[in-house]
Amino acid sequence: MIGEQTLKSRTDTGIALLEMRGISKSFPGVHALSDVSIRLRKGEVHVIVGENGAGKSTLIKILSGVYRADGGEILIDGQKVSIDNPQRALKLGVSVIYQELNLNPHMSIYENIFLGRESTVAFGVLRRGRTIDEARALLDKVGIEVSPRVLVKNLGIAQKQMVEIAKAISLNARIFVFDEPTSTLSHAETSRLFSLIRDLKASGCGIIYISHRLEEIFEIGDRCTVLRDGRFVGTRAITQMSIPELISLMVGREIDQAAQRTERFATERVVLRVEGLCYQDVLKDISFDLRQGEILGLSGLVGSGRTELAKCLIGDLRKTSGRILLDDRPVNLSRVTQALSNGIAYVSEDRKKEGLFFLHPVSTNMTIASLRRLVKNGFLRPRLEKNLCLQTGERLRIKTPGLKTQVKNLSGGNQQKVVIAKWLLTKARIFIFDEPTRGIDVGAKAEIHRIIIELLKGGASVIMISSEIPEILALSDRILVLRLGRTQALLENRGLTQEDVLGFAMGAHALGPN
Amino acid sequence: MFARVLQKYAIYFGFLAIFAVFSVLSPHFLQGQNLSNILVQASVMAIIAIGQTMVIITGGIDLSVGSIVACTSLVSAVLIVDSGMPVPVGLLIALLISLLMGFVNGFISHYGRVPPFITTLGIMSIARGAALALKGGRPVGNVPDAYEGLATTTLFGRIPIFILYIVIAYAIAYFFLMYTRHGRYIYAIGGNRDAARLSGIPVKLYGTLAYVIAGGLAGIGGILLTARLDYASPITGYGYELDAIASSVIGGTSLSGGEGNILGTLLGAVMIVTLKNGLTLLDVSAYYQQITIGVVVIMAVFLDSIKSLRAE
Ligand SMILES: Nc1ncnc2c1ncn2[C@@H]1O[C@H](COP(=O)(O)OP(=O)(O)OP(=O)(O)O)[C@@H](O)[C@H]1O
Ligand SMILES: [Mg+2]
Repeated sequence: MIGEQTLKSRTDTGIALLEMRGISKSFPGVHALSDVSIRLRKGEVHVIVGENGAGKSTLIKILSGVYRADGGEILIDGQKVSIDNPQRALKLGVSVIYQELNLNPHMSIYENIFLGRESTVAFGVLRRGRTIDEARALLDKVGIEVSPRVLVKNLGIAQKQMVEIAKAISLNARIFVFDEPTSTLSHAETSRLFSLIRDLKASGCGIIYISHRLEEIFEIGDRCTVLRDGRFVGTRAITQMSIPELISLMVGREIDQAAQRTERFATERVVLRVEGLCYQDVLKDISFDLRQGEILGLSGLVGSGRTELAKCLIGDLRKTSGRILLDDRPVNLSRVTQALSNGIAYVSEDRKKEGLFFLHPVSTNMTIASLRRLVKNGFLRPRLEKNLCLQTGERLRIKTPGLKTQVKNLSGGNQQKVVIAKWLLTKARIFIFDEPTRGIDVGAKAEIHRIIIELLKGGASVIMISSEIPEILALSDRILVLRLGRTQALLENRGLTQEDVLGFAMGAHALGPN
Repeated sequence: MFARVLQKYAIYFGFLAIFAVFSVLSPHFLQGQNLSNILVQASVMAIIAIGQTMVIITGGIDLSVGSIVACTSLVSAVLIVDSGMPVPVGLLIALLISLLMGFVNGFISHYGRVPPFITTLGIMSIARGAALALKGGRPVGNVPDAYEGLATTTLFGRIPIFILYIVIAYAIAYFFLMYTRHGRYIYAIGGNRDAARLSGIPVKLYGTLAYVIAGGLAGIGGILLTARLDYASPITGYGYELDAIASSVIGGTSLSGGEGNILGTLLGAVMIVTLKNGLTLLDVSAYYQQITIGVVVIMAVFLDSIKSLRAE
């Protein structure tokens, strides 16, 4: 490995590895990109930022041959190229790790890595042993310790992403594109990804990096291109910018970024009590209570059992032992339907797999969990539904060409907002948010935080799972830290620092529930 | 622009084209008697296809409907003709049996986690076998007038009652799918099963419901068919499941689930029957009719896939 110092020094030689000039692209009802240009140098990390729906992913999809631009040209090493399909992009050395991961869940890791390029002895007979060895070497390189034979569906999101990167490396890519890679990663995984990116950079590859996490842009980026509403705003060296400057370039206005909570709404009334909850060998003896009007932050590394805990609370996973009490009344929730009718809503962390109906319109996605409200005399009221969706869409600033647009055509952040809208409409009294601001831009994030706090004012209670410790610190009344399925600490959120929480999550120090 | 419109309404244009071609080629095609024949033939298929469409929207498939048609048909005739049961009672029992078979399809597929292709393939064989066993493979003829009346009644003395059946069945199905909570759930299950479950939808229950509906509608189809033919044969309804699937698919229902519209299915069913009718009038043998229908199904899906490719 190469030392930190040499990596920071400019490997920039001025040759554009990749140039996209004057790119335009429209979809029915939207100008996703108009006249956008970007130059990627060898050995640089070029960050693209912009609000949800600014056109970042669309630009990438044009580069990777998923979409065809309506206008503009692409040059690689100064040569004009035409990229009409993803295979072509791969041949030209462009590898994209997408926001929505694209692995086949029913195949093993090594099959995914070498999909379409299986090495064969003869007559299509696979050289399994060798392929597996190669896959293992690649997995070592990206630093995950699982067997290449494991099925992808059994991997966590972070591991899946590493598999995607391993695949890109095996394709000898020279231009790596990461579309919000860290939105699903833990702290440690993020550092590992960054060191991987630094290695790629040192070997002369060019990296395009999209993220809504501004701090990390400053950590990993060299230059930065800002898009706003599909237009090119500017490209700057990261060292010549500050976070507030970047934000105002992105949104064209000032934003109050950190929604530090000043008011507290927590009452003494316990709405949910969990006693000695166990789930298989994943969760061990978890106990806590949730008060009305409070936000309980749930922190812990990926794999600490946070999501499993949430799913036990809504009856989607069946707890092995322990008790759950709502308003001091023991309940036995064995189905999500029951949880919902008891007023518990769970906003899943995986919007593609567990949150959205990709092919269905925005409106039906929003109302599917609260249809009972829209029924009069047995029939749904379309007018009522439309108004409700318009209101909620406005409240969350969902950017969509219309309510009948298929959700798959929305930008990632706007899809996330649709999921949140779905649960807000249920009028639950206990909300469990699992990574609610994943992939959401700074402005919208503040907005969602505001909405969560509004829920408290309306008498609801919130359990908030997030890998972003600053977010947990900014919002929670108390913080429950899980580690390896056990309660590591239950902390009052007064004067806590990021290091404190991380320390508990990693098991540096332990503390009984206070 | 023109190409886009053509693609969007491909099925309507296809339908008009078929109509135009047959009108020109055969002088009998446009006659009132023939059109009402088409309608009567199409109605049974159209009613069965409603259930098939719903099942496909939930992400399933029902291969057993043709056999359920035969089984219901025979059971009703045996009860009414052979055992002399009153017509309404016999029909009710036959209908209940068809619902039960639908329920078994759904229950095994959803609660027993057997792929619906396998479950319904099994029921297809069982129901057909039962229909054959009931009278040792022989048909039952001469159903009472009260039974026959279901098919022979006319509106205003000339319009076949079948048109009323179609209108009622499709109106109910349309409102059920588009304007009730339950309809939304059916789409949601096929659109994304996990998301549906986590949205609090009883996935297995609604998944099973779709098969029950499909079984019941196949039963109604069997009864109407018996009324029209005036006898029940254990070999009726052969291949109906495929025609029903074809009707749904031509009408724009996606076999991967979550997408589809019931009025498209009606058009699909009428189109298939029109094709068969027109080809018969032109003296094309049944063998070539099958080939033609195969081509049409593939064309319809092909056009549809170009449409979605274009959207990218
Ligand atoms: N296939 C499509 N059909 C129609 N509209 C689309 C399609 N893909 C993207 N859009 C629209 O283009 C715009 C840009 O979307 P894009 O996904 O590029 O945004 P983004 O900058 O990546 O946002 P995010 O940060 O939320 O991921 C959005 O308004 C989106 O609705
Ligand atoms: Mg995006």
